[in-house]
Amino acid sequence: MPIFIDRRLNPKDKSLGNRQRFLKRAREELKRNIRDRVRAGGIADLDREHAVPIPRKGTGEPTFSDAKDSGRRQHILPGNKSFNAGDLVPKPSGGGGAGASAPGTTESEDDFRFVLSREEVLDLFFEDLELPDLVKLSLKQILSFKPKRAGFAASGAPTNINVGRTMRNSHGRRIALRRPKRAEVEALAQQIADLEAKPPNAKTHERIVALREELDRLERRRRRIAYVDPVDIRFNRFDPQPRPNASAVMFCLMDVSGSMGEREKDLAKRFFVLLHLFLTRRYERTEIVFIRHTHEAKEVDEHTFFYHTQSGGTVVSTALEEMHRIIEERYPASEWNIYAAQASDGDNFATDSERCIELLDRRLMRLCQYFAYVEIIDERESHIFGSTENGTSLWRAYNAVDQKWPSFQMRRIAAPADIYPVFRELFARQPDLRKSA
Amino acid sequence: MASQARKSALLFSGSDWDFAKLSRVYDEIEAIALEELRLDIYPVQMEVISSEQMLDAYSSVGMPLMYRHWSFGKHFIYDELLYRKGARGLAYEIVINSNPCIVYLMEENTMALQALVTAHAALGHNHFFKNNHLFRQWTDAGGILSYLDFAKGYIARCEERHGLAAVESILDAAHALMEQGVFRYHRPPKLSSEQQREGLRERLEYEERSFNDLWRTLPPSSGKNKPEARDEILAERKKSLNLPEENLLYFLEKNSLVLEPWQREVVRIVRVVAQYFYPQRQTQVMNEGCATFVHYTIMNLLFDRGRISEGAMLEILRNHSNVVFQPGFDDPRFSGINPYALGLDMMQDIQRISTAPTAEDRDWFPDFAGRGDWRETLLDAWANHRDESFIHQYLSPALIRKWRLFVLADGADEPHYQVASIHNERGYRKIRSALAHSYEIGAKRPDIEVVDVDLLGDRHLRLQHNVKNGILLDGESRDATLRHIRRLWGYDVSLAAVDAETGAVLGERSTKDL
Repeated sequence: MPIFIDRRLNPKDKSLGNRQRFLKRAREELKRNIRDRVRAGGIADLDREHAVPIPRKGTGEPTFSDAKDSGRRQHILPGNKSFNAGDLVPKPSGGGGAGASAPGTTESEDDFRFVLSREEVLDLFFEDLELPDLVKLSLKQILSFKPKRAGFAASGAPTNINVGRTMRNSHGRRIALRRPKRAEVEALAQQIADLEAKPPNAKTHERIVALREELDRLERRRRRIAYVDPVDIRFNRFDPQPRPNASAVMFCLMDVSGSMGEREKDLAKRFFVLLHLFLTRRYERTEIVFIRHTHEAKEVDEHTFFYHTQSGGTVVSTALEEMHRIIEERYPASEWNIYAAQASDGDNFATDSERCIELLDRRLMRLCQYFAYVEIIDERESHIFGSTENGTSLWRAYNAVDQKWPSFQMRRIAAPADIYPVFRELFARQPDLRKSA
Repeated sequence: MASQARKSALLFSGSDWDFAKLSRVYDEIEAIALEELRLDIYPVQMEVISSEQMLDAYSSVGMPLMYRHWSFGKHFIYDELLYRKGARGLAYEIVINSNPCIVYLMEENTMALQALVTAHAALGHNHFFKNNHLFRQWTDAGGILSYLDFAKGYIARCEERHGLAAVESILDAAHALMEQGVFRYHRPPKLSSEQQREGLRERLEYEERSFNDLWRTLPPSSGKNKPEARDEILAERKKSLNLPEENLLYFLEKNSLVLEPWQREVVRIVRVVAQYFYPQRQTQVMNEGCATFVHYTIMNLLFDRGRISEGAMLEILRNHSNVVFQPGFDDPRFSGINPYALGLDMMQDIQRISTAPTAEDRDWFPDFAGRGDWRETLLDAWANHRDESFIHQYLSPALIRKWRLFVLADGADEPHYQVASIHNERGYRKIRSALAHSYEIGAKRPDIEVVDVDLLGDRHLRLQHNVKNGILLDGESRDATLRHIRRLWGYDVSLAAVDAETGAVLGERSTKDL
């Protein structure tokens, strides 16, 4: 008789620790992969699982192994049909006699993609944005849920027992199974006692015996049919309901004139992704509107927004006007939380800046929850500009708005790590998302 | 009467299993195995696991306990992918060479499969582990689990103390040398007990206390520069370090000047694990053959006695024939010689030769042909051979013909393969020794040893690769591995390729050039 151990209930993810070590090891490669994904994919795409190829760099396990193309070997093979000793057999191209393949070495490895969880993807995305941990945590958090009553369930935690429903079931079952009531039993016992009190004779004796049997039967029945049986018990059922949240619309405005190159667009995209992540956490429904502009502005789809260049001058106010028009048309401020993110290299038509101030000050800032402006500058320039007040004409113009409106944020960015400070205020203001009811 | 009636009844019916059935089947199978096959086994511990746990076990080289390392995570991802995509099924069982012998059963198996697996692993492998001389001498079945437990804890503590990266870099380097981290010719020292380790520590402390710097100032012996004297010094040096040394990990662990004590212990852990698996790799054909032969024999006996139904037997046979399927070399499914098939066929062949030999068999195997006691012959073979010697001893011409084996000579610089031998009178012995040789692990993997190091000079570690048949090392992986060795050694390392027959130096690679 061997010893049997049922291990099925043991914790499963024994190799989770090894997986994490592996991901850490391959961090650089995975990060690059996710970055490419952000570059190529849509703003809203990041926030889910991603399949990535198994990384190879830094994850090789070298050992001393024979070079395939040297020396003399002998292969012993089964299934000879027509060969005779001395026959020459042409070698198949690409080297025959491949042995069992080990992970990390085969050609076909490109086909192998493994799935990174949402959290792992976001971790990789956040890597060089230098977000504070608390912000990372709340961005990773899915919508907050609130439990809502939703009928009854046959299983649950003891604290959720619904006594009324349980007792009703118990009562019904007791009637159906004809469980003797206490009163019946007591009446019978009383009857026996009465009979016993009388002087005994054969008839009463017989009667008493019969009654006792009856009493016995009733008690046994009472014992067998429980007063409250596990099948009666009902629990209150709760369904997690997403918190009732309003909807938000996010306007992405970007200058697409020739001066915005790949690097600028890449930074801008990350800036938009981050804001979008924040909004999807906070609002149940998030829509994105892309407006690109040169000397004229136009609402476009995401692909056009990021990948099509257009030549022309730069008139920023056209974009603001377009945004205003769309708000009027589709997103009444009473129903929508309006967020705007603008990315530009700061070029603007000299006379246009005044118009921008006016548009923002008079109209848009009254409608918007938040307006973030990033000016993407060259890394070499970042030393010069730093936080000085002078700068491009748009910068100076926006400075005026910034001083008047607390919900207006502006920043010069040269590297991914500069993006977060733009939002610092925004993230700081957010209500505590992690508190769930 | 009653027992007679029960005896003829089926052991189980239907495909669902439960622990009572498993236990009943095990008892029956064990009884048959001990009586009919005269097996000798460790006590058995059967553990039922789910498929996820099976995957977990896969990634930690089949052991229930293993220290943590990223490479296991990589293998896990790889195995899981193959499994999820349906490219590969999971093993029905894993068996661990320990005392008691641990057998993992998958919960998804049907009852018929569980019976098959029980006979295969709990009896077949178990007997082999307990009786084969390699396992008896080279592995410590009683101590392995507690050792791995120690290893896991030790490495976790090291990670806490010295940081993940530091431990990882040592483990990476040691893993690269696992192949060169076993003693092939002499027995490994026994796993030292806590007490012995304590004693060692005390002795080291004593040596440190009684160290006297004066000895160092003694004048060196004269005539140091004469060539004979240099040779003498060289010989002396090699002798004091026990060179040449084939176990690189052992050498580095004992002699590296840069490793801290905990790093040495980590290297040692990897070395012990490598050594533990070494016999398994030398006895693949025999081990699987033994287990397959045992399950096949037992299942047929059970069926003949009416203890398992036809339906169950059909399922068992289907699985059995899947396991021992051997496609020909030109079949797209061909991926080398199937050790299950070769092992089983050879053992059944021994059975046949013992009971019904042909004249040819009597010629080839005068020792046991026609003696009739095939059990004795098999038990003897299981106990005293490894793959290479087993094939050398027992592969019969009949089997060579049945398999239609042939030898293909492959010179890297020739455009053609040449068929060297086929299954005919002239070829039998050649095929047999070629096949046996291909199972010689020592010959298959690169033969690399430490030949010299001047600890008092530049501490340059010299390795030598004995090149056989002109098979050189793959450049890229060689350089990467050398870098790992350098990390463990701390000083430059060079590897010279020397032709094993002529002694000609074919090339040298040093970490200085990397």
